Amino acid sequence: MTATLTVSERQIGLLLSVLLALMGLVMAAVARHGAMSVHGVMAVGLGLVLAFRFGGALYDPAPPADRLRHYYDAPTRFGIVMTLVWAMIGMGVGVWVAALLYWPEATPLWPATSFGRLRPVHTTGIIFGFGGNALIATSFHVLQRTSRARLADSVSPWVVLVGYNLFCAWAVTGYLMGATQSKEYAEAEWYADLWLVVIWVTYFALYLRTLARRNEPHIYVANWYYLAFILVVAMLHIVNNLALPVRLTVAESFPVWSGVQDAMVQWWYGHNAVAFFLTAGFLGMLYYFLPVRSGRPIWSYRLSIVSFWGITFFYIWVGSHHLHYTALPYWAQTLGMTFSVMLLVPSWASAGNAIATLNGAWHKVRDDATLRFMFVAAVFYGLSTFEGSFLAIRPVNSLSHYTDWTVGHVHSGTLGWVAMIVFGAIYTLVPQLGGKAEMASPRAVEWHFWLAVAGTLIYVVSMWNAGITQGLMWRAYDENGALSYSFVQSVEAMAPYYLLRTIGGGLFLTGAVVCAWNCRATMRGATGEATDRPLAAQPAE
Amino acid sequence: MLRLHYNLEKISMGLVAAIIVAASVGGLVEIAPLFTIDETVELPDDLRPHTPLELAGREIYIREGCYACHSQMVRSLADELDRYGPYSLASESAYDHPMLWGSKRTGPDLARLGEKYSDDWHVAHLTDPRSVVPASIMPAYPWLARPLDTGLLSDALAALARLGVPYDDAMIAAAAADALAQSRPDSDAMEGFLERYGERPAARAFDGDPSRLTELDALVAYLQSLGTLTDAPHRILAEGNR
Repeated sequence: MTATLTVSERQIGLLLSVLLALMGLVMAAVARHGAMSVHGVMAVGLGLVLAFRFGGALYDPAPPADRLRHYYDAPTRFGIVMTLVWAMIGMGVGVWVAALLYWPEATPLWPATSFGRLRPVHTTGIIFGFGGNALIATSFHVLQRTSRARLADSVSPWVVLVGYNLFCAWAVTGYLMGATQSKEYAEAEWYADLWLVVIWVTYFALYLRTLARRNEPHIYVANWYYLAFILVVAMLHIVNNLALPVRLTVAESFPVWSGVQDAMVQWWYGHNAVAFFLTAGFLGMLYYFLPVRSGRPIWSYRLSIVSFWGITFFYIWVGSHHLHYTALPYWAQTLGMTFSVMLLVPSWASAGNAIATLNGAWHKVRDDATLRFMFVAAVFYGLSTFEGSFLAIRPVNSLSHYTDWTVGHVHSGTLGWVAMIVFGAIYTLVPQLGGKAEMASPRAVEWHFWLAVAGTLIYVVSMWNAGITQGLMWRAYDENGALSYSFVQSVEAMAPYYLLRTIGGGLFLTGAVVCAWNCRATMRGATGEATDRPLAAQPAE
Repeated sequence: MLRLHYNLEKISMGLVAAIIVAASVGGLVEIAPLFTIDETVELPDDLRPHTPLELAGREIYIREGCYACHSQMVRSLADELDRYGPYSLASESAYDHPMLWGSKRTGPDLARLGEKYSDDWHVAHLTDPRSVVPASIMPAYPWLARPLDTGLLSDALAALARLGVPYDDAMIAAAAADALAQSRPDSDAMEGFLERYGERPAARAFDGDPSRLTELDALVAYLQSLGTLTDAPHRILAEGNR
């Protein structure tokens, strides 16, 4: 990191590190005990480590003067490393909690390892740790290439990445200590939420400043999606996390929303976290890396306009389909259902556009596992958006809701679509950023591909079976008009599916471990830097 | 139209503004009406907020992530009415910051759990679920036998009062004492508890040991209160069946 920064940039870095350590010190001092003080200590530790790094390297040789005529890829490389680190954490915990459902006696009698505390570690680790780092890292890459301009400055990308990972670390360690808001996919406590707002504003400003320096008149489609991801996630995050701390010195807080209002806000957030975190940003990734890897231009420009605005406009309405038959007003449920069905049009337009782009490059899909990752991602995107619209229909939802079918649906999206496109992007980026022709082991990429596909299919199919079985058992009546099954009978019926799901998740995790090893081997051997250059030289700041 | 977009994608702030507009409409239409919640959701006269002990239990329920596997929302479907009881009303969670409706039933719904099982059953079940339900896959929570920290309760009630939950100054001031009193109905502090919360909240040694105030006391008190904060769901269902 420090080698790519000028002396004055290192000084700014040193100053920011000291400020971070001071902020942590204040947090730890006022809180004195509990999650908030531990998080303060973590910030102090991180601030000190960074301060020593900047301080020690302050008067190292300056980077070459022509660096401004190159893209700035060091943050992307760091982001990819963090993506893989969080993949290990998030997927590892996921497989472990899946195993606990089959084998509950394995739970250590230690509060921090209980299922309820680990489950948000899995979801946050995957969505924010794995997905978020992949989005930030690739967005820096795509933004620079499609704008033909270097990032607007060299310090703020590091602020974004380091600050964002501190947020993720605060969130997951907080859950282990029992600090949680309990709002699904937004469990982090109030000060972590505030911290994320600061980081996010920096990210947004960096994005716009870099776009302002672009040497291409048009802003490429991928950037629309990344912009929508940044903007709408900010909006969702702020509204859903409005909370009143019990005291300014403790982690505990109460959301300002209550009851039905809180439920609507929560699922407006929850489903749009799927839309704008797990879909929009990754579509940005797809729109850049799929054409690059296949060497084919996007099939239809018009279709990409229609699908972008369709997704941006329709998605925001659909959250209420999580609340069918509940105490939410009926009209709001109906709106959610209607828009969910309509959403199929822009979703399939995107998936279709991606698959049609591969026309003429099918031989590459056959031979290149990296491109195959992207193709499978587009297919699973189409499948899971169809399933999503289907599950949002009220009578279908009466069967599927509260069951493992929902879990299967989410994983067909996250394993089949999100993770596959991330791996496709990583396998494209890692060799390119190291100035290499291919990954250290192309065979390992092939192995990873089949492990990932097999793991996803086993997972999703077992959860479909589990969910439909649960749904049918819960509503079954015998000839006397009494319920046929007790609840615990439906729990017993789940055992084989929970075992299969654990195996599927284990295969997927194994593939990710192979990927991490392969990336490490490729990065280690890398000496050069990316061979592509911005169109025009960038003036100094 | 295509021409318009051709020009729009040259202006970054234009794209930003268009994204904000497009992504705001749905939220405004669906969420804004709920801000008139006071007029649209009729609060039953008998709806009571949680007592400090129950609130402490609710925080433990949140801390342990119980909501990941248990919903608290009975849908208006025949089998759910038969299995759990009357469907949930919006008013029942009007004082809940946050709501705990949940999204997954790895275990059963808990909205109508209150007074369905004995305190002893709950204590045994939380300490070792498979001792009472052999096929259960719920984790054990043996650490709940530790003493309850009531240090934050007054501030918690004060924060909730600011958000509109009907706790008065006396309730806020006496929160920790009331939590203790609810688990020790024979103590002198019980008089004040009855004055503030009335006869309706159950008051007893929930964990079976009146000499200690534990996290089990709080969590069991909370679980026993689920579905008992108002009688309205039973009333409405009975009227509908008549």
